[in-house]
Amino acid sequence: MEIELQHIHKRFGRVHANNDISMKLRGGRIIGVLGENGAGKSTLMKILSGYQPADSGAILIDGREVDYHGPQAAIAVGVGMLQQDPLDVPAFTVVENFLYGQPPAMTRREARAKLAQISREFGFELDPETPSARLSIGQRQQLEIVRLLALGVRTLILDEPTTGISAQQKTILFDALQALSREQGMTVLLVSHKLEDVIALCDEVVVLRAGRLVGDKMMPATKAELVQLMFGQEIAPQERSSGHIGDAVLELDSVTIQDRRVRVESLSMNVRAGEVIGLAGLDGSGQEALMRACVGLINVAGGRVRLNGRDLTRQSYRDRMHAGLAFSAAGRLEEGLVAGLTLTEHMALMDNSRAMIDWPAARQLSGKQIERYNVRGRAEDRIETLSGGNQQRWLMALLPEQPRVMILEQPTRGLDIDSARWVWQLLLDRRAHGTAIIFNSPDLDEIVTYSDRIIVFFAGRFHVIEDASTATVDALGHLIGGNFEEAAR
Amino acid sequence: MTANRTTLRVALLVAPILLSLLITAVLVLAVGKDPIEVMTAILEGAFRNSNAIAGVVNFWIPLTFACLGLVITFTAGLWNIGVEGQMMMGAVFASWAARTIVLPTPLLIPIEIVLAMAGGAFWGVLVGVLRVRLGVNEIFGGVALNALASVIVIYLISGPWQPPEGGSAQSTPPFPAESLLPEMSPEFPVSLLALVLALVIILTVYFALRGTRWGLNLKATGKNPRSALLLGVPTTQTALSAFIVCGAIAGIGGAYRVLFTFDSLRPLPSGGIGFLGLLVVLMVANHPLIAPIVGFVFATILAGSTRLRVVLQLDQSLAEVLQGFVVLLVLMANGLRGRILSSPRSSPEVVQEQPAPTTVTSAAEAASHE
Repeated sequence: MEIELQHIHKRFGRVHANNDISMKLRGGRIIGVLGENGAGKSTLMKILSGYQPADSGAILIDGREVDYHGPQAAIAVGVGMLQQDPLDVPAFTVVENFLYGQPPAMTRREARAKLAQISREFGFELDPETPSARLSIGQRQQLEIVRLLALGVRTLILDEPTTGISAQQKTILFDALQALSREQGMTVLLVSHKLEDVIALCDEVVVLRAGRLVGDKMMPATKAELVQLMFGQEIAPQERSSGHIGDAVLELDSVTIQDRRVRVESLSMNVRAGEVIGLAGLDGSGQEALMRACVGLINVAGGRVRLNGRDLTRQSYRDRMHAGLAFSAAGRLEEGLVAGLTLTEHMALMDNSRAMIDWPAARQLSGKQIERYNVRGRAEDRIETLSGGNQQRWLMALLPEQPRVMILEQPTRGLDIDSARWVWQLLLDRRAHGTAIIFNSPDLDEIVTYSDRIIVFFAGRFHVIEDASTATVDALGHLIGGNFEEAAR
Repeated sequence: MTANRTTLRVALLVAPILLSLLITAVLVLAVGKDPIEVMTAILEGAFRNSNAIAGVVNFWIPLTFACLGLVITFTAGLWNIGVEGQMMMGAVFASWAARTIVLPTPLLIPIEIVLAMAGGAFWGVLVGVLRVRLGVNEIFGGVALNALASVIVIYLISGPWQPPEGGSAQSTPPFPAESLLPEMSPEFPVSLLALVLALVIILTVYFALRGTRWGLNLKATGKNPRSALLLGVPTTQTALSAFIVCGAIAGIGGAYRVLFTFDSLRPLPSGGIGFLGLLVVLMVANHPLIAPIVGFVFATILAGSTRLRVVLQLDQSLAEVLQGFVVLLVLMANGLRGRILSSPRSSPEVVQEQPAPTTVTSAAEAASHE
């Protein structure tokens, strides 16, 4: 199957997200789609997979122009997209989710057979009767791939598929993608920030910058070459950082957390001033529960939380913020920012000190922070009109200047290399003034690069790596899959 | 593009009103009457003399209190169906004061109003507590408390507060003249005090929502309570305070009904005005200054339509038919406008609440969207 895009244009207001993009995608190849945040990758992939229409331009499949409205129509012509966060119904079982979009006549028995057959082919392990809520992101991806294949998809688009899955799951996924392209002649489009993955998997890459197609390249290529293509300049690899580490500020004293999905038993730890603690683990392994317990969003089932010797265990979230904690959640528009409010209104919301709002002052402060944090947006823009990366920057801009401890869920979620580094620069500046940082990330590279200590979680169990400089991405990849015993040896 | 957009906005504002007039006109024609005559009769009914105008104003005042209270709860994202009950409790508390306390009018009226506010706030905070502490949706809590308030009123009328000649469930005996709100003049029977109070509350609510921390808290809580909490907004207290303030304002509306419109406590003293307020506030998308204007239009139609029977032998429920169509079609147009104007293509141009900026980050052109 050959896909050709001709002169695709897409505008969002004053932003030209896709500017005259034309390309040919041959079958039987894995093609990496690269570009920094806001380059237009997601927009282009959404157009190709029917999630949104182009303003103008044509899509040709095997030389014939197609005009589809909606993902279902795209699947009917053979193009399917695997979203970064797979779109399944959590309460439904694997086979029930699988049945979505299949011919109405298909029985449950047939569905189970087909599910088993395709899963076996790729070495996926999917129990048909498990609710999808209990699957890991890796397994949910597998389910979605199987579903799309059963629907007859011949072109598979994957958006950041290696975020949040373990090393083992990544190996299985890559093997499957290679089998699909080499043996079955399918086209695979891989949108990824992770250049290692692109280098390991892709046959060629296309690069977008500011809405335009700026280059394509046959693989193999080095990381430096790809970075050059993406940013138009080379970016030096990030040095491991370390700063002055002071006395303990946040003490966790045999804390036990029972959350809906996971139980973390009796965790003790002293977080010291100026220390960065990275939490690794698959989604829902206990790292999020620990962070939320620290800030009081979930209650601990046992143990104590102290900040500078003061017992916070029974204090509310707001009291803990006043005491010197700061928190930002991973879901920006779900938890953290308020869609419908402007940047200035967010800024005004942070100032608790008086009953009347000083709008000129809030506007001025917003303007200052917009400049300082390099936010692409205006003070009077509503937050949801900014891109994800810029929303993240605004979230950072809202955090207090010098908290004792910052607890950050995925601080660089969805950011490209450049923006992510920039966020870390800000965090490290605060760290240099004695702020301790606890963060988690599905990106193991980020954890290894910035942490002083690492805690790896697996199904509520945890393993502490006291000196993060001894950790490698590869070793962490195996640890998050639960191989703690191996690590101990 | 901007011109088109403005045209579209105006069209979506005007079209539903014209359309509902048209539909009503067709209905009138269907029963063999002249729509123009009907319209004239309504307008005449509303404005034929100062007494008629006073009738409109007297309907508008309690409606405005209900609307302004509701603007607050709607801003906080709360569906305060219980506003009707809050008005009734305001009426009950004011009635108690009117029946029991013996003081000269200038002293008694403030006491009655404060008690009415307390009664409405009490009924409001019950809905709020049910909501934030026990997880009972405010719609269900509100409906239940409306029914309860109504039962309490009827119990009082037919029980402890019944007239000496025996309970008829019609009303309590008239309150003493000192306890009633005085009218401006016999030609224009409107309570100046209530009118002034309504205007003060309109402005207060407007500025509270615009310029205070509390108003911003309400807005943030209404749009996303989860994020608001993480940004440090005390969301529980904010929601409770919205119910309290709404209840207090609605309570004044209830007091007005018993201390001016009637001179006694009657069954259902709120008379459905709270529900009408819900429709008005929904229609104007929560705007504290536009709600009273639209409220005035409704008051005109409803007060004016009493003339239909006299002049044209038509039932005055025709006015409610018209009102129903206006609400329905305006809400549909609002939905349509929301869809058209907030589609991703146009999102950077949604209504802006602050003046245009002096500087625009040029980089924004490149890539604020992916």
